[in-house]
Amino acid sequence: MSTVVESHDHGHHGPAKGLSRWLFTTNHKDIGTLYLWFSFIMLFIGGAMAMVIRAELFQPGLQIVQPEFFNQMTTNHGLIMVFGVIMPAFVGLANWMLPMQIGAPDMALPRLNNLSFWLLPMAFGILISTLFMPEGGPNFGWTFYAPLSTTYAPSTVNFFIFSVHVMGVSSILGSINIITTIFNMRAPGMTLMKMPLFVWSWLITAYLLIAVMPVLAGVVTMMLMDINFGTSFFNAAGGGDPVLFQHVFWFFGHPEVYIMILPAFGIVSHIIETFSRKPIFGYSSMVYAMASIAILSFVVWAHHMFTVGMPLAGELFFMYSTMLIAIPTGVKVFNWVATMFRGSITFETPMLFSIAFVALFTIGGFSGLMLAIVPADFQYHDTYFVVAHFHYVLVPGALFGIIAAAYYWLPKWTGNMYDETLGKLHFWLTFISVNVTFFPMHFVGLAGMPRRYPDYALQFADFNALISVGAFMFGLTQLLFLFIVIKTIRSGKQAKPEVWEGAGDLGLEWTLSSPPPYHSFTVQPQVK
Amino acid sequence: MAYIKKVSAKLIFALPLFFSSLIFSEKSDYNMPVGVTDVSESIFELHMVIFWICVVIGIIVFSIMFWSLWKYRKSKGAVAADFDDNFWLEIGWTVAATLVLVWMAVPSTQVMVEAYDDAEGEINILITGHQWKWHYEYLEDEVGFFSNLSTSQEQIDGEVPKGEFYLQEVDEPLVIPTNTRVRFLITGNDVIHSWWVPDFAVKQDAIPGFINTAWTNVPEPGIFRGACTELCGIKHAFMPVVVRAVEREEFDAFIAEKVALAEEERMLTSKVWTKDELMERGESFYAVNCAACHQANGQGIPPVFPALEGSQIALNDSSKHIEILMEGVQGSAMAAFGDSYSEVDIASVITYTRQAWSNGENGDGEIVTPQDIVAYKNRIDL
Repeated sequence: MSTVVESHDHGHHGPAKGLSRWLFTTNHKDIGTLYLWFSFIMLFIGGAMAMVIRAELFQPGLQIVQPEFFNQMTTNHGLIMVFGVIMPAFVGLANWMLPMQIGAPDMALPRLNNLSFWLLPMAFGILISTLFMPEGGPNFGWTFYAPLSTTYAPSTVNFFIFSVHVMGVSSILGSINIITTIFNMRAPGMTLMKMPLFVWSWLITAYLLIAVMPVLAGVVTMMLMDINFGTSFFNAAGGGDPVLFQHVFWFFGHPEVYIMILPAFGIVSHIIETFSRKPIFGYSSMVYAMASIAILSFVVWAHHMFTVGMPLAGELFFMYSTMLIAIPTGVKVFNWVATMFRGSITFETPMLFSIAFVALFTIGGFSGLMLAIVPADFQYHDTYFVVAHFHYVLVPGALFGIIAAAYYWLPKWTGNMYDETLGKLHFWLTFISVNVTFFPMHFVGLAGMPRRYPDYALQFADFNALISVGAFMFGLTQLLFLFIVIKTIRSGKQAKPEVWEGAGDLGLEWTLSSPPPYHSFTVQPQVK
Repeated sequence: MAYIKKVSAKLIFALPLFFSSLIFSEKSDYNMPVGVTDVSESIFELHMVIFWICVVIGIIVFSIMFWSLWKYRKSKGAVAADFDDNFWLEIGWTVAATLVLVWMAVPSTQVMVEAYDDAEGEINILITGHQWKWHYEYLEDEVGFFSNLSTSQEQIDGEVPKGEFYLQEVDEPLVIPTNTRVRFLITGNDVIHSWWVPDFAVKQDAIPGFINTAWTNVPEPGIFRGACTELCGIKHAFMPVVVRAVEREEFDAFIAEKVALAEEERMLTSKVWTKDELMERGESFYAVNCAACHQANGQGIPPVFPALEGSQIALNDSSKHIEILMEGVQGSAMAAFGDSYSEVDIASVITYTRQAWSNGENGDGEIVTPQDIVAYKNRIDL
C-alpha cells in the first residue's frame, strides 16, 4: 500500500495541562493511553491474585488462604484478566491505531470515547471493593453458574452484577465508536478489502461485542431478579432451570472468547509481515477466516456444557460445529507460516513474541480440538486440562499479542526506541516461564486434578510445585516489562517515522512522525 | 524440501519415544487413566488417536515454520520474495483440514454413541450432590447413606502427615456389583455439583431439580476414586467420590445389611431416649455433618456460618430449631436435613447443640426427642 501524505505543523494543537487532560480528554491517543495503563495496572492486580492462588497450590494442604478466600481469588482473577486486562488493552490499541491506520484525525465519537473509558475504573472499583466487604467478594467462579451465584451467593453479588452492567455499557459504547470510525473515516481509496488486518479484526470484534454484551447484561439481570425480586429464572423449585443460565451465559461467553483473540490475530499479522519483509500471505483468506470464526462462534456455545445432560443430537451438533472452527483457525496459522516462508526475517522483540504466539496459540488450538471431542471431554471437562487450554490461548495467545503490539508500536507512540536487549530478555524469560507454568497443567488435568480446587491429592504435588515456580517467575518478569515501557517513554534512541525497515509501505501509521501529531491525520491521505 | 522431510521424519520418530516414556504407564500421573470399563477404554483410545493426529500436524506445521525462520533469516542475506497469495494453496489446505476433521469425527461419533445410553440398569442408584457430600440411594431396595470426606482437618491443616489417599477417601464409599449394568441417576440438592469417576469415564453434572443419567459396567472388583468437578462452594475440593466394586454375592450381603440397619433405625424412633443417649449420638453426628461449617466449638465462621453457642434459637426456641434442621435456611448454605436423615439423628443433634458448650446453662435446656420430630413431620403433612 503506498500513500501520499502532506505534513503539517500541529504544535498549536497540544493537549490540555494537568489532570484535566486525562479526565476530559477526547483525543484518541490520550484515551488509548488511559486504556493501556488501566489494563496494565489491572494485569498486576489480577496477576497478584494468580500469585495467591499459586502460592496456596504450591503444596497440598491449606497453608496460606482458606477456601473461601481462594474462591474469591480464582473468581476475581478470571474476571479481571478477561474484562479488565485483555479487553481494555485491545480497546486501547484500537484507540491508538485505528485512526492512524485508516488515515483519520481521531475517532468518530470522541466524547463517547471518553465516557466508555471512564466507566471502566468505576466498574472495577466497585468489583474490587467487594473484596473488602464483610461477606467478601464474588466467590462463584468467573462463569458464575447459578444457583451458586444467586441463591447461595454472598450479598455482594449485587455489586458484581452492577459492575458487569457498567463494563457492558463501556464495551458497547466503545464498539459503536469503532464501527462508526471504520465505516465513515477511512482515507479516500481505502476500500474494505484494502484495510489493514488489525482494522478488520477490530471491525469484526466490535460486531461480536455489540451482539453479545447485551446477552451478558440480560443474564446478570435475570440473576438480579432471582436474587432480589422473587423470580425463578434459574431456580428449579420455582419452575426455572439452572442450565438456562449456562446456555445464556455461554451464548455470550463463546463469542467473548474470540473477542479476546481476534484483535491479536490482526496485530500478529502486521508484525509477521513487517519482520518477514514480505506482505501478508493470503490477505483475503485472512479476512474470510476471521469472519468465519466470528460467525461460527455463535453456534458452538454448548461445548462448554457437554456434561450438563444434553440429548445425543445436541452433543453431536456442538461437537461438529466446534471442530469446524479448526478450519479457519488452521488457515490463519498456515497463512502466517507462508508469510514467513521465503521472507527476509529478523528477530526483534515484537517478532519473537509473534512467533511464540503462532506456536503456542496453535498448541492451545490443538487442546481446544481435543476438548471438542465430546466423549473425551467427559474426562477433560472441568480439570486442569481445560485450565491449560484456555491459558495457552489467552496468555501466549491474547496477552503475547498485546505485548508484541506494545513493542511494535511503542517507538511510534513515544518517538523512542525501546531497549532491544532488555526486550529480548523479557521475551525469553516470559516464554520459558509461560511454558513452565501452563504446560504441566495438561498433565495434572489428564491425571485427574479438577479446576478451582484449593487443595489436592498427593499425586499432583510435584507438578503443582513446578507450576507455581513458573507462575512466580512469569509474574516477576512482567515487572521488567513495566520497567522497559517506562524507560522507553522517558528516553531512548530517536525513532524514525517508519520505525522498522521497510514498514513505510505497510500502513499509514508509519507515514506519520514518531511520535505522531496530536490529531493524527488532519488532511486525509490518498490510498492507491 | 528434502531437508524438511529428513528433519520431520527424525522428529516424528523421536517425539513419540520421548512422550511415550512419559505417558504410557499403568496408573499414569501424566495421562488420562485407561480406566476399567469398555467405555473408558474406548475413550482413552480415542483421546490418544486425536492426540497423535494433533502431534503430527503440529510437527509438520512447526517444522516448516522453524525451518523458514532459520533458512530465510536476513542475517544470512535472505531476500524477500514478493508473492502474497496462491488461490489453490488456500483451497488445498482448507480441504485438507476438513478431511482431517472428518477423519477425527468418525471415531468420536462412534464412541459417543457407545457411551450414551440411558436404558434402565439392573441396579439403579440415585446420586444426590449436597454441599459438601454425596448421598447414594439404592432405588430397588430403598436404602441410602451419605458419603463424607474422611480425611481429618489436621491433615488438611498440615498438623499431622497426610495419608496415602489424602482428600480421596470417604467414610462410606458407594458399593456397586461387578459385571452388572449400573445406572446412576444424578441430581443436586442445593447448587450444581458434578460426579466424576475417571476410571469409569463417567462425569455428569448434578443439577438441582433435574435428573441426569449415566451408567457403567465394571468387570472386576476394586476401589475407584473420583471427585466433584463443578465449583459448588467452599468445600468443593473436599467432597470426593469413592466407589467400591465388589462381586455380586458381596454386594447382596451389603444391601441386606443396609436394609437391616434401616429397619433398626426405624425401631429406634419409637424407643424412649434419655438425654445422655441423645447427647452421645448427637455429638458424633455433629462432628461428621455440622462441624465443618459451625465448627467443633460451636463458634461457626461468621458471617457466613453463624455461631451456635449463644444463638437465641439454640437457647430458647426449640420449635424454630427443629424447623431449621428440617427445612434448611433459604438463601444460605444451611441445607434441609429432614429428608436425608432419620428422626433419631435430627433429634439427637438438636439436643446436643442445645446442651453443648455453654448453651445448656444459658438456655432453656429443652430436650428434643425423635417423637418430637415425628410430630413435626405429621404437622407439616396436614
